[in-house]
Amino acid sequence: MTTANPISVPSQGGLWAHLIYVLRDNPVTLLSFGLFAFFIGSALFGPYLVPYDPLATNSAIALQPPNFSHWFGTDNLGRDVFSRVIVATRLDLSISIAAVALSFVIGSVLGAIAGYWGGWLDAVLNRVFDTIMAFPLFVLAMGIVAALGNTIENIVYATAIINIPFYARLVRAEVNIRRESGFALAARLSGNSHWRVLAFHIFPNALPPMMVQVSLNLGWAILNAAGLSFIGLGVRPPEPEWGIMVAQGADFVVSGHWWVALFPGLWLMLAVFTFNLMGDGLRDIVDPRRRT
Amino acid sequence: MSAPLRAVLWRILQTVPVVFGVVVISFVLTRALPGDPAVYFAGAMADAQSIEEVRVALGLDQPLWRQFFLYVGDLLQGDLGNSISTGQPVLTDLAMRLPASLELTLTALLLACAIAIPLGVLAAVRQGSWVDHLCRVLVTAGVSLPTFFTGILLIYVFYYLLGIAPSPLGRLDFIYFEPPRVTGFYLIDSLIDGDPETFFAALRQLILPATTLALFTLAPIARMTRASMLTALSSDYIRTARAAGLSGAMVLFGYAFRNALLPVVTTLGMVFSFVLGANVLVEKVFAWPGIGSYAVEALVVSDYAAIQGFVLAMALLFVFLNLVIDLSYTLIDPRIRFAAK
Repeated sequence: MTTANPISVPSQGGLWAHLIYVLRDNPVTLLSFGLFAFFIGSALFGPYLVPYDPLATNSAIALQPPNFSHWFGTDNLGRDVFSRVIVATRLDLSISIAAVALSFVIGSVLGAIAGYWGGWLDAVLNRVFDTIMAFPLFVLAMGIVAALGNTIENIVYATAIINIPFYARLVRAEVNIRRESGFALAARLSGNSHWRVLAFHIFPNALPPMMVQVSLNLGWAILNAAGLSFIGLGVRPPEPEWGIMVAQGADFVVSGHWWVALFPGLWLMLAVFTFNLMGDGLRDIVDPRRRT
Repeated sequence: MSAPLRAVLWRILQTVPVVFGVVVISFVLTRALPGDPAVYFAGAMADAQSIEEVRVALGLDQPLWRQFFLYVGDLLQGDLGNSISTGQPVLTDLAMRLPASLELTLTALLLACAIAIPLGVLAAVRQGSWVDHLCRVLVTAGVSLPTFFTGILLIYVFYYLLGIAPSPLGRLDFIYFEPPRVTGFYLIDSLIDGDPETFFAALRQLILPATTLALFTLAPIARMTRASMLTALSSDYIRTARAAGLSGAMVLFGYAFRNALLPVVTTLGMVFSFVLGANVLVEKVFAWPGIGSYAVEALVVSDYAAIQGFVLAMALLFVFLNLVIDLSYTLIDPRIRFAAK
């Protein structure tokens, strides 16, 4: 996404002071870190803390508006929307984190190889990434899930595949400009193998901009996965997941039962918002020149 | 041959490998189907012999590279296979429904550009003012909002609460007749037909889905306009123009804006990718009879030929749109003409 050079941080203390400086300068970033902690907490402990079983149906209390015993109301089967929204956090975050981790690893390896050795491998990989990017990415994800089969794992694979080019390009650019640099040549001269130089001397320089990309991508991956399940791919109905809950709630919005779709949608939005804000904040920390 | 013409031809030539790659990927997707495609295409009532017949008829007994050539041959004849749910050739279905999608997408894009570009320019000119803050909020919210969720919110507010929007079901209310098909765009067709009533009915149906899509689209455009306008305004030639005593409007629109527009045009390529994807979701929310909802319906009944045809059509459309953007870029930017060999 960007070829921003990571700043050279003189010492750990310097980084820490810089971090505090940036956070004080921009309280929104602090807020995003707080929200992030909240979502991680919901994912880890949510299922044990929610007041109701997210799958328990009770037709006697179907479609109740938000009230004291059901904060977010109940859906058409009498399930507690609040419990379902909180429990869904784990699945949504797992899908996006797994997908981003996969594309991070595969993209890093391919990009580093292409950037370090260049040649025909670089040319071939570039063509492949160009071709992936030639598809509207959400549409390609739909096609992949349809072809591989309609399961949650395949949602993860599809989301990973459409994200790989972004990481690979970033790493390729970062590795390529350092391939012939003094410290890399010095490391070679002192007897390190190519792989060692690449993995331990050159690649770590690409990590700061990669972290920004990861954070921005997590938000996008959640949107993507929720979009896929919204159109009926991946997650199966009784399972609580934000996209599918919005899809189910959509049928009741036209009759005025807004809470069934609003709360899962709101949570989804908040999660994406958190990751985007965090990405912007991380960019400020990593690369002060791009601060807006 | 003149330099611009050569640059244009060169750019057109560059799409050939991309289109080839797209065809390869869509071939891989059709062959990656779970299970045996022959069993699938033979239908539920097939016995071993009819499956074998289908296998030969589809060329699935051939080696993979021959299958690829057969596939490309079919594509060149416009044969994307038959849809199981509609029973028609996929190409016919897609051609029938494409105008609906294009009408929605293009309206949304125009709307987004009409809002985002002035907003971005204003935000850059009055940096730190309320316009700038509004721009920032819209940009951050726009990329975080799931399109399907925005659509549902808009339906709730404008259809259920306020009652000013028509019911979110398709392109035209039941009480109106479709205008005679010329372009397939209801807005244009009804005007050609001289039927303002149908025109406004179609427009009323179009407003909510187009707004939903535009809200999502305007964020990257506004962000890019603001950024490139800021870069342009702080550059040397603007300072020179101001020092030479040119009027503010001349500096702003004659110099800064024209230069700032180039990166914005480039961003449109990425924006198209998002719009075409989001289009599918918006079509589902508003029951819009375009190719996106066609694909969603096909997904529900596992109609693979229809889905793969849709993916291929979308990819080709995207490649074509990118080509148009790059060509217009070549025409706008005089430097590129000389750079092209």
